[in-house]
Amino acid sequence: MEVFLFYTLAAILVVFAIFTVTARNPVRSALYLVSALLGMAGLFFLLKAEFVGAVQILVYVGGIMVLFLFVIMLVSVREVQGERRANRQWKTAVVLATVLSVELIFFVVGGADVFRTEAVKQGVITQIQTANTQNVGQMLYTNYLLPFEIASILLLVAMIGAVVLARKEL
Amino acid sequence: MVESLLDFLHIIFGQIDTTHYLVLSTIVFSIGVVGVLTRRNVIIILMSIELMLNSVNLNLVAFSDRLQDLSGQVFAVFVITVAAAEAAVGLGIVISLFRNKETVNVDQIDLMKG
Repeated sequence: MEVFLFYTLAAILVVFAIFTVTARNPVRSALYLVSALLGMAGLFFLLKAEFVGAVQILVYVGGIMVLFLFVIMLVSVREVQGERRANRQWKTAVVLATVLSVELIFFVVGGADVFRTEAVKQGVITQIQTANTQNVGQMLYTNYLLPFEIASILLLVAMIGAVVLARKEL
Repeated sequence: MVESLLDFLHIIFGQIDTTHYLVLSTIVFSIGVVGVLTRRNVIIILMSIELMLNSVNLNLVAFSDRLQDLSGQVFAVFVITVAAAEAAVGLGIVISLFRNKETVNVDQIDLMKG
């Protein structure tokens, strides 16, 4: 069951990620990205990270992607038929990205022995199994209190910056 | 030959390991890299960056599951926060660019190109 779910969600994720990158119309691209992010949220649920999965759906799909769609509407450039969607260096870019991915997968698979699951899972506290949200919240407010506050300041700064940047007279 | 193939299939379809998640996240990250490097539309480039940040989140959560340590999930939440801030500022820049240059294509935005 886990295997089946993993491969289904992985297929959704990869296919829609490819569509996101190749789609001609930005609106379609955004909608494909929504699907890809939902697949990713499913993977988070599969990894028993309910809180991160829920935050993913609420913040990414509900917040950030709506923002993207709004901006696409605001700057709607007319679709020009036959206009290039790739820039001039795209051949080099594809080659470099292929090299990068082959290299990364080579190292990940080569080091797979380090990542065997059974080795670690037994005998350790199972704080993830029970009440995931409660435990994440507790951790956020104890061990990670300072980063949490800094994150809130970061969000405030980003909000002010976005308002200033999008003003009429700049 | 057949045996090694069976072995390979067993590893692939046997039990889902952390390595599976790492390979998946590598693939998604590479797709994001291709998007950032090849597309002309700034908005799609920003979306590819979101894709890359998300694949890193998958890594963090996978290792959190493997090590049975919640820190990875907390960091994933922080990454989502930073991604939200980045998207807000980036889209603000896109709007002000469009207002001044009437374009969202990166190869037409060459104001600082000497």
